[in-house]
Amino acid sequence: MKGSVLDAEGIRKSVARIAHEIVERNRNNGRLCVVGIRTRGDHLARRLAKILQEITGSPVPVGALDITLYRDDLSRLEASPVVHATEIPFDVSGCRIIVVDDVLFTGRTVRAAMDALADLGRPEAVELAVLVDRGHRELPIKPDYVGKNLPTAKEDLVQVRLTESDGLDEVVIEARAA
Amino acid sequence: MTHWTRKDLLGLEELTKEELELLLQQAEAFKEVSLRPIKKVPALRGRTVALCFLEPSTRTRASFELAAKRLSADILSFQGASSSIVKGESVLDTARNIEAMRVDVLVLRHNTSGVAAAVARGVRCSVVNAGDGSHEHPTQGLVDLYTIREKKGRIEGLNVVIVGDILHSRVARSDLWGLTKMGAKVTLCGPPTLVPIVMENLGARISYRLEEALEGADVVIALRLQLERQQEQYIPSFREYTRLYGIDRAKLERAKPDLIVMHPGPVNRGLELSPEVADGPQSVILDQVTNGIAVRMAALYLVSGAHQGQATELPEPSPQGVRA
Amino acid sequence: MTPPPPSRVLIQGGRVLDPSQGLDEVTDLLIENGKVARIGRNLKADGAQTINAKGKVVAPGFIDLHVHLRTPGQEHKETILTGSRAAIRGGFTTICTMANTDPVVDSPNVIEFLKSESAKVGLANLLPYGAVTMGLKGETLTEMGELQAAGAVGFSDDGMPVSNAGMMRRALEYSRMTNLPVIDHCEEKSLSGHGVVHDGATAARLGLAGIPAEAETVMIARDLLLAQSVGGRLHVAHLSTAEGVDLIRAAKKKKIQVTTEVTPHHLSLSEEALSTYDSRFKMNPPLRTQKDLEALREGLKDGTIDAVATDHAPHSAAEKEQGLVHAPFGVVGLETALAVGLTELVHRGSLKLETLVDALTRRPARILGSDRGTLKVGAPADVTVFDLETDWAVEAGAFASKGLNTPFLGWRLKGRVTDVLVMGRQVYHGGQFMNGGVA
Repeated sequence: MKGSVLDAEGIRKSVARIAHEIVERNRNNGRLCVVGIRTRGDHLARRLAKILQEITGSPVPVGALDITLYRDDLSRLEASPVVHATEIPFDVSGCRIIVVDDVLFTGRTVRAAMDALADLGRPEAVELAVLVDRGHRELPIKPDYVGKNLPTAKEDLVQVRLTESDGLDEVVIEARAA
Repeated sequence: MTHWTRKDLLGLEELTKEELELLLQQAEAFKEVSLRPIKKVPALRGRTVALCFLEPSTRTRASFELAAKRLSADILSFQGASSSIVKGESVLDTARNIEAMRVDVLVLRHNTSGVAAAVARGVRCSVVNAGDGSHEHPTQGLVDLYTIREKKGRIEGLNVVIVGDILHSRVARSDLWGLTKMGAKVTLCGPPTLVPIVMENLGARISYRLEEALEGADVVIALRLQLERQQEQYIPSFREYTRLYGIDRAKLERAKPDLIVMHPGPVNRGLELSPEVADGPQSVILDQVTNGIAVRMAALYLVSGAHQGQATELPEPSPQGVRA
Repeated sequence: MTPPPPSRVLIQGGRVLDPSQGLDEVTDLLIENGKVARIGRNLKADGAQTINAKGKVVAPGFIDLHVHLRTPGQEHKETILTGSRAAIRGGFTTICTMANTDPVVDSPNVIEFLKSESAKVGLANLLPYGAVTMGLKGETLTEMGELQAAGAVGFSDDGMPVSNAGMMRRALEYSRMTNLPVIDHCEEKSLSGHGVVHDGATAARLGLAGIPAEAETVMIARDLLLAQSVGGRLHVAHLSTAEGVDLIRAAKKKKIQVTTEVTPHHLSLSEEALSTYDSRFKMNPPLRTQKDLEALREGLKDGTIDAVATDHAPHSAAEKEQGLVHAPFGVVGLETALAVGLTELVHRGSLKLETLVDALTRRPARILGSDRGTLKVGAPADVTVFDLETDWAVEAGAFASKGLNTPFLGWRLKGRVTDVLVMGRQVYHGGQFMNGGVA
């Protein structure tokens, strides 16, 4: 059984709203930077950074983080997953970093991202922005900005598709038989 | 290619082009790690990598050690002369003892061709060949491929010349397999006694004149000349070798100005390369050293992901006499 | 030093015989500035030096692939001057000198010495061979690249074989980068032992230790198989056996890169000559049976044997007087080669004149990669003029060579060199040297 969670317009509005919220909460704060978690989080990060730049009128640095090597389940996998490069062309120390991901689920990906960032430097602060929060946290991770809250069953499959990688913008949910 | 399935990395000859691409791509990702202030990722945390170098080596061993450490692995280091372990079975025995300490990856260097494969067949842990006799040195081949692509933007269609003692060189063989699989045109150059006719069957052009070989070349890889070769009468003297096959500024005059000069190291300055070429603007030897870490991280990362008993084509170790 | 050549020389009315062009006709030959300029009937050339060649043969200057000039180190046997003169008298404008001198020609400076000394003499062209192994010891390779750069035209340990098969394999393989021939003196020493003559009927009758044919053929077979495997340009020196001819013929059919030579004495003498125990007939390889002689003649005729080369090996009279058993091996040959070839082969109808001349000119030139051995327009004008009929006796006192050890002493031969030009400069006429040459 499939259902649409967000369409292209819905995604656009969510990202725009998150951008305004970020600007609102960080009005008097220091250097804003955006880091997206590969894959798809980095596309969202770039969209977000562009809007932030338009709003604030100043450049917002963007980077992409690959957290594969920091996964806590590496030793349990059948084979070493393919690692993509991390590209953060700025010094994370002293930045207020907005970490961006497409779906927040167990929270383990975000935990890995925090570890990876710690190895790159000492940010002034880290906030989390996600397009969809589907619940079922296994670690004490909380998003600061959410596009859409989506209650799901643990076996459900939430699929985010973005133009940059999939040719279209949509978020769909597939309910699987338990 | 989505993931690596081989338990071991024994050579480049048996790899597909996709597997080579995967290794190079992963090396690219790991290169970034070495540029960070904290040069460490937890990918192999809790795993043990044994470095078993039964033939002397400073650089390759240091490179593997650093690669393993940057992946957060634990290191076990064995050194010794291959001559003290005379027969192949004894190497296998050593390997089994190491494996019994629950080692995940065994990095092996030995002076006899074929030993890496023999050991890999007999142990369940992953084996990475760090050089077996004159047979292969796969990570060095990968370093060379990576460096060439980094400097030239591609490998396919390039003219690559490998100069020196091809007959005895495992680096030359790994380079040859890797380069031809990736679409480069390879020329093997050296004195006829060290580039025997039969090697024409390996897919390369053969030349005995260096200047002619260098014309139109994009890359030249100079191999180290072992000093024993003169005693063994493969060449009459070092003077003649250097005059005919040593790369100096004069010999590069007829070559393309953007030719890059490579060498697996260590360089016999004044023999294979003149000091000005070894340290000159066309030399990318130091880049090879830097890239060596990233390539070896990729190799260790990929083979350690293929689990005991889960990766494809792993036969049961053949029953050998178990030593009491 | 030598005076400059006259700008023009016209050789008139001779039978111009040039196998490299398939030319054999009575015509004129014009030389300009040291090179062949024109060949044609009734040429006119004002101010040219003229040479009357009527009734004679005009051929390219002969090339001898195998000469022992004994210099440096053994000048009592021969010097560059005496050896060059002997060469010219025999019609040889180019000689290739073997490396078994003292010091051995195993380093570039000895080659430079030979070239500069022969330039001073200014007669025949001297093309030196470098040794295959240092000191001819058969243990370590010479720096073939260096020797080639200094002027070596090939490599040989002649005097000695390259006994170790592994070393010969390396030598053939390594030499490939020079593209020069490797000349082997094929003698398996464990078979030749203390032999002094051919191991056959004559040795048995005379009670002499013999050198069996296998001493040569075993090594020829070995060398051919090595050449087949690793390439290189093998040249078998002084072929003397029928089986050797067969082996080389078969190898050439299989397209193995091999060339070979034969001496005039092996083409004209057999073991019976040793009956008098005269050391004038002692050389290595020895004179063999009549069957071998005939096989060698046949081999020359059908092209299995490429060149006639003298293996000119002068020794002092004192040395040769030590008697057959103790005298050194070797006979001279430069001054008798053509005449013996004419008398024993051509005049008897068993060999065509053009084949003999071919084996002295075009074919050795091809082995060396030389631009000589031809009278094509533009070629350097090395020319030998000889007549076919002059009757003369071989007298040792008349030799230009210091070595008088000739097996043809007292023979009456028919045919003689009358004029020789080197690079368009006449250096010999009717017994006199001219226009060059240190007094």
